[in-house]
Amino acid sequence: MFNLFLLQLLNGAQFGVLLFLVAAGLTLVFGIMDFINLAHGVLYMVGGYVMAMMMGTTGNFWLSLALVLPVTLAVGLVLELLVFRRLYDRSHLDQVLATFGLVLVLSELVRILWGSAPLSVAMPEILSGSVPLAGPMRYPVYRLAVIGVGLGVALSLWFVIARTRVGMLLRAGAANRSMVSALGTDINRLFMLVFAAGAMLAGFAGAIVSPILSVDPGMGDSILILTFVVIVIGGVGSVKGAFCAALLVGIVDTLGRMFGPILLKSLMDPAAAAQAGRTIAPMLVYILMAAVLFWRPAGLFGRAVAR
Amino acid sequence: MTDLTQTLARPRARLAGRLKLALCLFAVLAVVPPLAHAAGEPFLIVVATRMMVFAIAALSLDLILGYGAMVSFGHAAYLGLGAYAVAILSRAGIDDLVLQLLAAMAASALFAAVTGAISLRTRGVYFIMITLAFGQMAFFFFVSFSTLGGDDGVALPARSTVLGLPLLEGAQGMFYATLALLVAVFAGLYRLTLSRFGRVLTGTRESALRMQAIGFRPFPYQLTAYVIAGCLCSVAGVLLANQAIYVSPAYMSWHRSGEMIVMLVLGGVGSLTGAMAGALVTIALEEGLARFSDHWRLGFGLVLVAVALFSPGGLSGLLRRLGLVRDAT
Amino acid sequence: MRLVALSTALTLSLASTALADDPVRIGVLVTLSGPPAVLGEHARDGVLLAEKALGGKVGGREVEIIVVDDEGKPDVAAQKARELVESDGADFVIGPTFSNIMTAIAAPVTQGGAILVSPNAGPSNFAGKDCNPDIFVASYQNDQMPQVLAEHMNRQGIANVYLLAPNYQAGQDSLNGFKAAYKGEVAGELFVPLGQLDFSAELAQIAATQPAAVYAFMPGGMGVNLVKQWGQAGLSSIPLMSAFTVDETTLPAEQDAALDMLTGSNWAPDLDTPGNAEFVASFRQDYGRVPSIYAMAAYDALMLIDSAVKAAGTEDRDALRAALKAADFPSLRGEFAFSTNNFPVQDFYLTKAIKDDEGNYRTSVVEKVFTAAADSYVGECPMK
Repeated sequence: MFNLFLLQLLNGAQFGVLLFLVAAGLTLVFGIMDFINLAHGVLYMVGGYVMAMMMGTTGNFWLSLALVLPVTLAVGLVLELLVFRRLYDRSHLDQVLATFGLVLVLSELVRILWGSAPLSVAMPEILSGSVPLAGPMRYPVYRLAVIGVGLGVALSLWFVIARTRVGMLLRAGAANRSMVSALGTDINRLFMLVFAAGAMLAGFAGAIVSPILSVDPGMGDSILILTFVVIVIGGVGSVKGAFCAALLVGIVDTLGRMFGPILLKSLMDPAAAAQAGRTIAPMLVYILMAAVLFWRPAGLFGRAVAR
Repeated sequence: MTDLTQTLARPRARLAGRLKLALCLFAVLAVVPPLAHAAGEPFLIVVATRMMVFAIAALSLDLILGYGAMVSFGHAAYLGLGAYAVAILSRAGIDDLVLQLLAAMAASALFAAVTGAISLRTRGVYFIMITLAFGQMAFFFFVSFSTLGGDDGVALPARSTVLGLPLLEGAQGMFYATLALLVAVFAGLYRLTLSRFGRVLTGTRESALRMQAIGFRPFPYQLTAYVIAGCLCSVAGVLLANQAIYVSPAYMSWHRSGEMIVMLVLGGVGSLTGAMAGALVTIALEEGLARFSDHWRLGFGLVLVAVALFSPGGLSGLLRRLGLVRDAT
Repeated sequence: MRLVALSTALTLSLASTALADDPVRIGVLVTLSGPPAVLGEHARDGVLLAEKALGGKVGGREVEIIVVDDEGKPDVAAQKARELVESDGADFVIGPTFSNIMTAIAAPVTQGGAILVSPNAGPSNFAGKDCNPDIFVASYQNDQMPQVLAEHMNRQGIANVYLLAPNYQAGQDSLNGFKAAYKGEVAGELFVPLGQLDFSAELAQIAATQPAAVYAFMPGGMGVNLVKQWGQAGLSSIPLMSAFTVDETTLPAEQDAALDMLTGSNWAPDLDTPGNAEFVASFRQDYGRVPSIYAMAAYDALMLIDSAVKAAGTEDRDALRAALKAADFPSLRGEFAFSTNNFPVQDFYLTKAIKDDEGNYRTSVVEKVFTAAADSYVGECPMK
């Protein structure tokens, strides 16, 4: 039982890292540019589809992954030039309207280009095995790699933001945009960079998870809300917050699903406990978010937002 | 941004143009059934009914989102609560529309009071997400509610009755009942937004801090508005259940909440007529575009992007720039 | 297509008396947008292929097929169903894809005077107490697919099994259907939230329990995720048997991960029945993919309507119902009849996922499990 608990803890952390990969780009765009981007989920989806397409033509996982980066970066730049650039100074609601529209447009384009049926991305041979853990339980190598990549992304983001000149400008830009502008930095170029990097991160996440999860037109939708939950729990704009919140969400979701019914059984009769467990399991993440925001209205690591 | 004194001054002039527009809209709606029959397209009545149902929902959301700057991403929960009030009461043998409306509003008021009090501790995007959380909790509760069909939903035996009369049975009865409730909700909100309460609420939108400085604590005003909005949205839920003669958790999914925000922003927030126009146009676009292609979402999405880019303030912003409506802001 | 249909409907509704040389109007109401659209596309293409095979005529009369997207929303579906029947004058509606939409459109279609033929959804209430003389289910009853696998496991003497399904009505029905037929021990059962992406926690639980087999009901994208993660978690030694998880709509994404996995079905592309090979070949030629049971059942649905209209026309409703019930059409499934509840009596097979000689991933018949099986709710249906 204890072994299983540890393993589920690992599973939870792993799911958390997966969420962090998608959330990292969103929290940057949101926190630094104060921009609500509902289209972040479809950028993630575009990453998955581009990966599937590249795999189809090249057959090589690593080459495809390398090609996904410039393609999603380009998609991000084009969207920034055509749409997002005009919306930075507008209200959140206008941003919601435009990016919701983009979600519809891009999802439908993906359906026209690749059809509605889910697609597949094969796993590279070298990562496709599993390593033994306690007893009959094994752990997939690929997931260990995903955890490694997630940690790597988290570290490099932290480094860029905390230790480089660009990071300093970003932090300054987030705090006071006009001041940074007045000091002679081209803030629009900076934002374009952040946005394109965010798009690339989302696309990268979509490509990385494509061997584990299905690539289908709904993949952006299903991850988008969870991503927002993560960045809000963590505090908007905080990469550290997003990382902790992603782990927290992953672990609470996984452990709650597995051990919640067992805990409930000690409180009520088994049938009612099973029913209650099934009802509560999907709500857990939202209960967690509501509770966190109740105690800390600006998330775990967020600054109190001025309105 | 409006100066606070200006906001607190009775904005009669600004609303007069809008009121005329709304009255015209109601007049046009009132003649839809005979026109539809004359054109040999009686089905337009059903489509128009659906438009009005969502117009009620959009109006209710506008009170908190437009006037109170509280962006609720869980508003579809009230649509669902209203619908399930009909399903539960009709299963218990209570078919009367008035009783169902009262029950729906009472349930929604309770849910809104509790979740609103918690949600209002937060601001901005955190408010958006905490309302989403409560909406999702309600959604998953009804998905697991096996006695009422769970995710499959439940078909109603018949539409509700009014004082024992099957007034809603036909498409026309349903239409005029919906129109009457739409006018009532509009009139109520129109009065409310002009009242002292409404002006304080608008004041908190512009600057909660300054409202506090002149002696208004925003919280009770915001919570009251939140509860009223929930109640009014449940009216739309009752009507939606009656129109489809079917109730399902799909009414309260986050997609619906998102669509309601989109309707409102498309029409123009903070304008009751804009809210109604947004709902009408959204449903009309969906209905119209879906006739041309399975890929209608592409066209719909492009329209939304275009409105967001080129017409700040949505459709009512467009009207304003065309000089059709005067506006102080 | 839709516009033409509408304008014709407009001119025709002026002279609303249905004449014998009027076209037969058939609405196809399936989910064609949003993530689960692929199932609806298969069904739509199945109907259109049948129309082509019939030379553009149904029952020897001109036919108008009106394809409508229900957007996956039950309230939209209810409205579109009403529009099809009341405004477009549809005599038949073929649809829907999903059970929850069936509940929403049953009344609008049947009360509006049309006949509903389901190409997929077969919820238990419509087989039992809510059975309806104007609803014909051309596919199966939802519980039957899991029962095929339960029976197979009984025969194999599989002593214990772990159950996995999403927590919604169809998931609960599926597991209940399985448990009703399975004689061994249930080692454990897990309901996952609808739309869950990652199954690592469930897979760890299964690995810790080491059941003799696993039964899963995991439709659409969730199924793809489960199947892909199954082998990765090192569970390949435990047989994963599933319903609606491995089929021609998900196999293009599951590919090798699903190979040899067993499924219960009423049909497979290589089923040896008259006309089936031609159907599969022309479907592949016209639509570029291997047909699924959704396409097959929709094809059969139109053929069923064709046979009934030919025999009884559309004027005399009782005669039409009787002609439909006779099911005198060449089903791609071979033997096909209706029970008293208008649900099919048909054979069921154990199928498995294969990669055929041409490199297509599809299902293939392993063995027949039930012969001429009716569903288990027929006794609750008051119809005779």
